[in-house]
Amino acid sequence: MTVAVTIRGLTKSYGGRATVDRLDLQVRTGEIFALLGPNGAGKTTTVEILEGFRQRDGGEVDVLGADPGRADRAWRNRIGIVLQSTGGLDLLTVREVLRSTARAYSEPRRVDEVVESVGLADKADARISSLSGGQRRRLDVALGIVGRPELLFLDEPTTGFDPQARRDFWELIRGLGGAGGTTILLTTHYLDEAEQLADRVGVIAAGRMLAVDTPDQLGGRDSQQATVSWEEHGQRRLLRTDYPTAQVARLGARFGGEVPGLVVSRPSLEDTYLTLIAPHVHDLQVQEVPA
Amino acid sequence: MTQALVLGWDRTVLELKMYAREKESVFFSFLSPILLLTLFAVVFAAQVDEQARSNGMNAARYFLPGMAAVGVLLTSFQTVALTVALERDDGTLKRLRSTPMSPVSYFLGKVGLVLLSSVAQLALLLVVARLAFDVQLPTDASRWRTLGWVFTLSAFAGTVLGIAYSSIASARSIGVVVAGPLLVLQFISGVFIPFENVPDWLKQLAAIFPLKWIAQGMRSVFYPDSMATKEMAGAWEHSRIALVLTLWAVSGLVLCVTTFRWFRRGSV
Repeated sequence: MTVAVTIRGLTKSYGGRATVDRLDLQVRTGEIFALLGPNGAGKTTTVEILEGFRQRDGGEVDVLGADPGRADRAWRNRIGIVLQSTGGLDLLTVREVLRSTARAYSEPRRVDEVVESVGLADKADARISSLSGGQRRRLDVALGIVGRPELLFLDEPTTGFDPQARRDFWELIRGLGGAGGTTILLTTHYLDEAEQLADRVGVIAAGRMLAVDTPDQLGGRDSQQATVSWEEHGQRRLLRTDYPTAQVARLGARFGGEVPGLVVSRPSLEDTYLTLIAPHVHDLQVQEVPA
Repeated sequence: MTQALVLGWDRTVLELKMYAREKESVFFSFLSPILLLTLFAVVFAAQVDEQARSNGMNAARYFLPGMAAVGVLLTSFQTVALTVALERDDGTLKRLRSTPMSPVSYFLGKVGLVLLSSVAQLALLLVVARLAFDVQLPTDASRWRTLGWVFTLSAFAGTVLGIAYSSIASARSIGVVVAGPLLVLQFISGVFIPFENVPDWLKQLAAIFPLKWIAQGMRSVFYPDSMATKEMAGAWEHSRIALVLTLWAVSGLVLCVTTFRWFRRGSV
């Protein structure tokens, strides 16, 4: 296993308050890693340190074998950054901006290919001012990948998208990661996004890494008790169990076939996430829902 | 280095496209010097005496060097300071910073845009001065050569100083921060008010800044040689003009390389 990003004991303070507090993180080459956390958790600060945009106060950071705080242009040639939509491009066309950006890299992707892959082929010669919000975001991704990066940073990529646009966008990102071979580090506060896209997720709050795991194992999700619920005598019945399959079989036998309103569930990623960050978020109340 | 130049040219083309597509801005940046020249030519037409007339002077010729000097300084210093502050604010600079492009290419793109657009503006100004106001333009090559180096040095100095200056204010306040000092300079540097009418201590002050020297260089191009006696030193002082403008250009370059900020203040 090779490693694209290593962080050890990263700290960064603003005005005496630690925004990032002894944070550790490893991103493996080729994986899609999602950094989850509430607003102000330190996600963006961490990512901007990795991108070489901010200087850290302490700790070790290694991105593609270099310290981003001292990285040179050869290093920039190997990374891609999808920024929040920037202004200042309105007067140019999609193709003009991509072509000009591509020239800065040593082995860029073909502009036509990139335009096609982000679904902007019919907008290639349109002024950027005429693009919709979703199309504009696709252009941001196009700008991030046109240099054929080994490592791609995505900061809250689908904020403000409608559901269909988000699904299309996820498809695009999946194509880049995995078989596409690009290591992707994305920040998000959408849990379904992390669940859909990420090979692994890290939950960050108050500048610290609380848990790192695959989305379906995070916080011991897979080993927690399942909830089986069904309708009986006009009432909803709930049962927590370590053996949901056996429980369903028993119910099936009792009802002699279909169990009315049967639902078997495990704690969702959202439940796990909220439980993890609860101690660090003051204005958030996580209530235990009685079974 | 070659790559920085190639990308610098690419940036120039991109900057020119953006410039040309902002039609209102193009219209007024070309129109303003012509409008001002017209205004001065009309208002001061009666004040040019017989002796000056016999020397080939008229009101338009009198103000042409000042308009040319202000034109190049506005296009370089003012426009660049404003657009760079804006590009810092709207994230354009951050986006460029995220690519392997050298900052030199970005600077070159600005220089290229300024040179090409201000050459076009100056050319139009001269054509209007010649055709509409009957200004005698220089006929000898040495004066055009003088125009060439004064113009290039001014545009370069103005551009790098504009880039350096853009860092001192936010996008919201940069307009006032740029326009205020420039307006004062225009009044004391022999652009709107003939330089010989400016009080001595203000002349000394003006002589610290580039505009006075750009205007003097332009006068040496467009005035008859007999007018040189009205200068502070009684001569055109070409070597001193070159020296002062070069000093400003070099300090501007050093400043813009050492103090350049890619990000909004407080954002990093």
